[in-house]
Amino acid sequence: MKRLAFCGALVPLLWLIAAAFGIAGLSLGPNPSRELLHFTGKTALNLLWIGLLASPLRILTGDPAWIRPRRIVGLFAFGYALLHFVIYAALELGLDFSDLAREIVKRPFIVVGTLALLLLVPLAATSTDRMMRRLGRRWQSLHRLVYPATVLVVWHFWWQVKKDVTEPLLYATALALLLGFRWWRAQARRDPHASNTQRGT
Amino acid sequence: MNRPKPGRILPSEITPEAVHQDRRRLLATLGYAGVGLALGGATAARAARTGPVPTVTRNAKFVARETPNSWDDITSYNNFYEFGLDKADPKENAQDFRTQPWAVEIAGECDAPGKLTLEDILKPHALEERIYRFRCVEAWSMVVPWMGFSLADLLTRFKPNSRAKYVEFTTLLDPRQMPGQRRAVLEWPYVEGLRIDEAMHPLSFVAVGLYGRWLPNQNGAPLRLVLPWKYGFKGIKSIVRIRFTERQPRNSWNIAAPDEYGFYANVNPAVDHPRWSQAKERRLGGSLFTARVDTLPFNGYGEEVASLYRGMDLRKYF
Repeated sequence: MKRLAFCGALVPLLWLIAAAFGIAGLSLGPNPSRELLHFTGKTALNLLWIGLLASPLRILTGDPAWIRPRRIVGLFAFGYALLHFVIYAALELGLDFSDLAREIVKRPFIVVGTLALLLLVPLAATSTDRMMRRLGRRWQSLHRLVYPATVLVVWHFWWQVKKDVTEPLLYATALALLLGFRWWRAQARRDPHASNTQRGT
Repeated sequence: MNRPKPGRILPSEITPEAVHQDRRRLLATLGYAGVGLALGGATAARAARTGPVPTVTRNAKFVARETPNSWDDITSYNNFYEFGLDKADPKENAQDFRTQPWAVEIAGECDAPGKLTLEDILKPHALEERIYRFRCVEAWSMVVPWMGFSLADLLTRFKPNSRAKYVEFTTLLDPRQMPGQRRAVLEWPYVEGLRIDEAMHPLSFVAVGLYGRWLPNQNGAPLRLVLPWKYGFKGIKSIVRIRFTERQPRNSWNIAAPDEYGFYANVNPAVDHPRWSQAKERRLGGSLFTARVDTLPFNGYGEEVASLYRGMDLRKYF
């Protein structure tokens, strides 16, 4: 399962490299940096949502195996998000740091995206087994930062769309379900009489 | 009104290679049209306007000094929401769009209203080539060798009267052929407008072709506006109606998001879009590492058109 997740998360990277170098007839089209930007952003988004699916799947199926690929998926999501930012700074802005500073301050959706990325940094940094052991219970509280991060990600996506918000709306709906499920579980656990699903994280 | 200066660069210095390649493609197209005619029926009708444009002379007064983008860039990266929202959608979804027969209704404040077929529209005009910079409001740009004729030459034929202060243009409304119109992304049909002096300016152009060929559907066939000092969305495509009005007409993007898109939409690096900067632009056709270029006021056509807006606050009338 872990290996499968690893290979799956690697596919977009391979596509990206092939398209960037014109391998196998793939191409990034007339606006290559914009294509890379959108592609890496969307991939990070998809992987974050897949990662959030792990825990509900485990609870609903009772099979702890669903949790195992989560770390790989989350780390890849962070990797693509970082790549997304680097492509923006290096290729879109051409590493013009005066532009970068101005854009980050002036463009609301860039601020929101940057914040989301910053929230993911401590999660990626504490993803090793050693950090998990060292942080103990605090590890889980820390990793709940992924919830506000995904809210910011949807906001970032929504805000940069020129007109049609169908796609961000779909992601927002999926996120509402994923986070709503957790909220409902937390409520149920706080009041054991309201539900019989008591065990689990 | 300022007359545009003659082109500073000889036409022959620009893209001989692309023109050559295009001639080869043109021959291929002719072959295709022949096959189409042999098959008869719908195919023939569709292929009818894909042949070569009869005679085209390059207008040396309107030749941008930049190298034009390739045919592929220009015809595969389009904003034409009637055929989908992604840049690659119009090319894919507009292939079967029927531009023949085509009629344009002339209405409003003019002495010669009526309904003209495309052939009637084209008949009196000698087609010319103009190489214009094209700047999209999304901060990308290209350089396009359009074929067509001056908008002023077309409009004066309809004898606009003294109440004609503006001109409104309307795109075809046909959700069966234009899948994008089945969703309310914008208010359909697409409408645009110009002040009459903008419309009569020598730079304002009606394009019916590209690179020596009739306009591909995804670029706004059979006729569209090209206003090189304005953001691309002002260049309305697949026009079916021209109406002279006394009041300022509405325009689709302004209706959709009035705080983001104005009526004038002149290219202006000093006035940002609320969500992104307009100071620089991505010139299509470069590599991954090509830097963006500075956007020029009025897209570099300030010498010709700035006088149209003298005394106006361009932050307010964006």
